[in-house]
Amino acid sequence: MLLLNKEEALARVAAHHVGGPNETFVLNLGPQHPATHGVLRVKLTMDGEYIRKAECVIGYIHRMHEKMGENRTCAQFLPNTSRLDYLSACQYTHAWTGVVERACKIEVPQRAEYIRVITSELNRIASHLVGWGAWVMDLGGLTPILYAFDDREKILDLMEGICGARLTYCYYRVGGVVNDIDDAFIQGAKAFVPYMRERLKMYKDFVTDNVILRKRLEGIGIIDQDMCLRYGACGPVIRGSGIANDTRKTEPYSAYKDFDFDIPVYNECDSMARYLVRMDEMEQSLRIIEQALAKLPEGPFINPKVPKLLKVPAGTYTYATEAGRGRFLVRMVADGSDKPYRVKLRTPCLSNLSLAEEVCEGMILPDAIAFLGSLDLVIPDIDR
Amino acid sequence: MSSPTVEQLAAALAPLAVDVVVPLPPPPPPPKPAPARPVAPKPAAPAADGAAPAAAPAAAPAPAPAPAPVAPPPPPPPPEPVQICDFAARGVHLEAVVRRDAVVASAELMRTHGFAMDTITGLDWMAQGLMEVVYDYFHPLSGLRVAIRCRLARDTEDVPTISHIFQGANWHERETHDFFGIRFAGHPNLTPFLLPEDATYHPLRKDFSGAPAE
Repeated sequence: MLLLNKEEALARVAAHHVGGPNETFVLNLGPQHPATHGVLRVKLTMDGEYIRKAECVIGYIHRMHEKMGENRTCAQFLPNTSRLDYLSACQYTHAWTGVVERACKIEVPQRAEYIRVITSELNRIASHLVGWGAWVMDLGGLTPILYAFDDREKILDLMEGICGARLTYCYYRVGGVVNDIDDAFIQGAKAFVPYMRERLKMYKDFVTDNVILRKRLEGIGIIDQDMCLRYGACGPVIRGSGIANDTRKTEPYSAYKDFDFDIPVYNECDSMARYLVRMDEMEQSLRIIEQALAKLPEGPFINPKVPKLLKVPAGTYTYATEAGRGRFLVRMVADGSDKPYRVKLRTPCLSNLSLAEEVCEGMILPDAIAFLGSLDLVIPDIDR
Repeated sequence: MSSPTVEQLAAALAPLAVDVVVPLPPPPPPPKPAPARPVAPKPAAPAADGAAPAAAPAAAPAPAPAPAPVAPPPPPPPPEPVQICDFAARGVHLEAVVRRDAVVASAELMRTHGFAMDTITGLDWMAQGLMEVVYDYFHPLSGLRVAIRCRLARDTEDVPTISHIFQGANWHERETHDFFGIRFAGHPNLTPFLLPEDATYHPLRKDFSGAPAE
């Protein structure tokens, strides 16, 4: 064993900068790490416990959905869209059917629009429940996710009853929806609204007002308004920074104009603000579901005149929906054949993650985990 | 963060726009008129049964008089470089085709008007020898949607980066470079983004025929 006296040890430290004031090391967060919820890798240059530089490395589950869009007819591509953000399948398939309907000028019966709104909002609640439970689990609270999954199960059962799928729904069709909703669904959804309201009250007492949660989230991960615009942040991220941007209100689509609901906005710009936006959004979704069920029009649930093989007129069309994580935009370029010339999928998680590199600088590592949770990332949505 | 009107924005974008716009995708060819010239009666084929040749001359119509020369419909005027669009039909309020040297100026314009970066993507018009970069912006409060396009010669031209104005463009430009091979001049880190780190191919180019074997 080599024994050094104090002078020799100091000289060696100076020679190699071991433990010196400028020493940094690289820490890989992911790609297989439970806190990244998928195969996200963040290459962190650490200065002790502080992050000097964060670099996101993505693409581990890139599947090239945009190329698949060029090789499939409009109907064939529909199931692909529900595989991007698998927690917002309704809103994603809605955007695809929406862009095809816009391009081919297909009318959608009012009942179908209402059914789309009801299922989309149920989907949003289910999505927020997963995001909430998993995020609190990242912070060390292992119990809430069990409650969240219990409530989410009720939504999945309802959805399974009408379309057979529990996660990657392919329920919407060009011109409407594939099945009408039945009495079991209507009664189940009607009963779910008051049930979920009680649960949300319980979640507030149980988690939201918890002092440990607040200490972990308040003042952490500040995203100011200007940063939101520079990066194109959307969804609860932009609404937690005091900007009332919600595609359902700013670019109204489907039947959202018919309903009375608020956009929750918080001005604190921190992780807690984004948390509160999501909790309030679930209440607003319940309001929409309640109104839509009360006003549900009679009539057909799908336009019977939609041809089996759609030829999209040449041109460029876009359609945006508000998914659980924010703005999802489809840009379709058609050349008049039955397959799109180009499909661009603008996904919210990519924009929301892109600002993380700037926000994480100078942050302490456990705070960065709390902050990444506040973005509510779904990695297949980023990688596409 | 007050929003400009579509007309104000169109006027501000007009000096940046190109002079002539080639319609892309090309408009569909006009429907062909019914064949004017009479079909020449087919030579009677040596038929096995005698009925068909006998019927053929009888069915052949008398040669129709030459149709009056109809002037072909005038070709539609080329699209305006800055176009106010019907949102319900297209999903954007305003679309502009800008010059390559005005891309940065257009991004600065959108930034001063309070717009947010939506996305950037490419489009390969192989038949026309063009690449197109499409910049999407949205106004977070008014919901105004603007698409700005820039056209490049397919293999030779690059486009300046706007990642110093909209930092979110950094990733979108990397992705567009991945998929189309469009170079963004001045980009700080134009490395593979979604594709493998050693990828040398660009899968959304229309002449892409599969990644090289490992």
